[in-house]
Amino acid sequence: MNARCEYLLRLGDDALILGQQLGLWTGHGPVLEEDIALTNIGLDQIGQARAWLTLAGRFEGKGRDEDQLAYFRSPAEFRNAQLCERPNGHFGDTIARQFLFDAYATELHAGLCQSEDSDIAAIARKSAKESAYHFRHSRAWMIRLGDGTEESHHRIQQSLNEILPYAGDLFHTDAVAASAASEGWGIDPSSLRDPWNSHVEEMLKESGLMRPESTSERTGGRIGQHGEQLSQLLEEMQVLPRTYPKAEW
Amino acid sequence: MEMDLLHRFEAYIASDKKIEPKDWMPDAYRKTLIRQISQHAHSEIVGMLPEGSWISRAPSLKRKAILMAKVQDEAGHGLYLYSACETLGVQRDDTIEDLHSGKAKYSSIFNYPTLNWADIGAIGWLVDGAAIMNQVPLCKCSYGPYARAMVRVCKEESFHQRQGFQIMMTMAGGTEEQKEMAQDALNRWWWPSLMMFGPPDDDSPNSAQSMAWNIKRFTNDELRQKFVDLTVPQAELLGLTVPDPNLRWNEETGHYEIGEIDWSEFKRVISGDGPCNKERIETRRKAWDDGAWVREAAVAHSQKRADRRASTDTAAA
Repeated sequence: MNARCEYLLRLGDDALILGQQLGLWTGHGPVLEEDIALTNIGLDQIGQARAWLTLAGRFEGKGRDEDQLAYFRSPAEFRNAQLCERPNGHFGDTIARQFLFDAYATELHAGLCQSEDSDIAAIARKSAKESAYHFRHSRAWMIRLGDGTEESHHRIQQSLNEILPYAGDLFHTDAVAASAASEGWGIDPSSLRDPWNSHVEEMLKESGLMRPESTSERTGGRIGQHGEQLSQLLEEMQVLPRTYPKAEW
Repeated sequence: MEMDLLHRFEAYIASDKKIEPKDWMPDAYRKTLIRQISQHAHSEIVGMLPEGSWISRAPSLKRKAILMAKVQDEAGHGLYLYSACETLGVQRDDTIEDLHSGKAKYSSIFNYPTLNWADIGAIGWLVDGAAIMNQVPLCKCSYGPYARAMVRVCKEESFHQRQGFQIMMTMAGGTEEQKEMAQDALNRWWWPSLMMFGPPDDDSPNSAQSMAWNIKRFTNDELRQKFVDLTVPQAELLGLTVPDPNLRWNEETGHYEIGEIDWSEFKRVISGDGPCNKERIETRRKAWDDGAWVREAAVAHSQKRADRRASTDTAAA
């Protein structure tokens, strides 16, 4: 598989899996405004996923469109970061996951706006506006929950402790990432770790939360290694097209 | 004094002017509106659940995006309606409490289950279609904030109705299995949709007063008839069969005639004994209870921030 397709699958799968998970909050949010916000962010993620996957399919050159890529790949063929497939948990768990992702995505999309591939740059420009909003939203909630009550402080600290080790995939570097950078159509995500770290540090300072003691990072998503959660998630997501492969919807 | 105010109110209604939140209004008018608008808001919120459960299983990414946007619109409608209700002097949290305790009602239609993907089409086509029929006249209702909220709600609902019909077209024109799903969905949603207009006119105790107040502009049976006349030809266009052996076109009146509606089912579902009443309220209550710590944290944080600002201001002074 060519590097550009592989790279775009990573972008598309992150957005798809997060969008799928955020959609599960619809109707179940802690307050109506957050119901709307989480669904809206999920909707943006699905929109981004569609754009990245369509482009990935074009570079793959086998005639697969966004739906064939979303609905007819098995878990091991998915390239999303393990962070994205971690379960929704409670509101704080979802927010912590989203914060770590948004802090990365806002840097990623800003960087990709400079891509020499005009399609990648165009999708990045649209996504950058969205991820800036998402980041503002999840950051504000990290601070609210960290600063709010004793209970919320404790809960969001736990959420952060549990999710932080999964951020490693976001900065995964390999031959694909290297050619993205050297050929000028993408950026090597490992270059995003420092700016991402600054976002995390600023959030910690404002929220009164602590950086958990470092544990080993959980990685492997970019090469198709995933947890149990992903196969369950895909089974649900893919059920209709796989049950009725001849149908159009 | 009270009589003067009442005369002024009645003159406003008679000349089709809008009553605004700060205007004097009879208690019974206020109570009727609070009941109706909060029920309407609750219907939007509970109504998110039957469709929301298919977001994760939407059969294409485009359909998933459309459904998310649609269900999110319903949440937005709930938000305007709760706000309209607050202009009458009640708090959103209190009305939500009434929903959870069973004191407040919501549209019974959402107590039916969504069993296959065509249900998402049928809800848009029939349920949103019936809702539009009910709500378009509300854009002209006498209470200003409700009427204005309805203008926007109706625009979005008509978009929802079209997307639902479009799903039905795709399903009805698809594989054999898809056609079966479409027919099955129509079979299950047809009668409950007709019940959405409420009891027949001779058994609708609140209608006369609401019509006198210009809250209601058409009777239940008038609206139901309009819906049937509009929808039956659409079902024919889809190649689906309306599940009513007594349905027939009356050349003389220029209207369709329908069979007997099972009002005992309507009463049963309204009184809490529908297929999903218990699940719907439990789901809402669970979301509310699980979110309590989040809402408390938001309040505590904003209080702390205000306190910190005040103490910095004091120090600066």
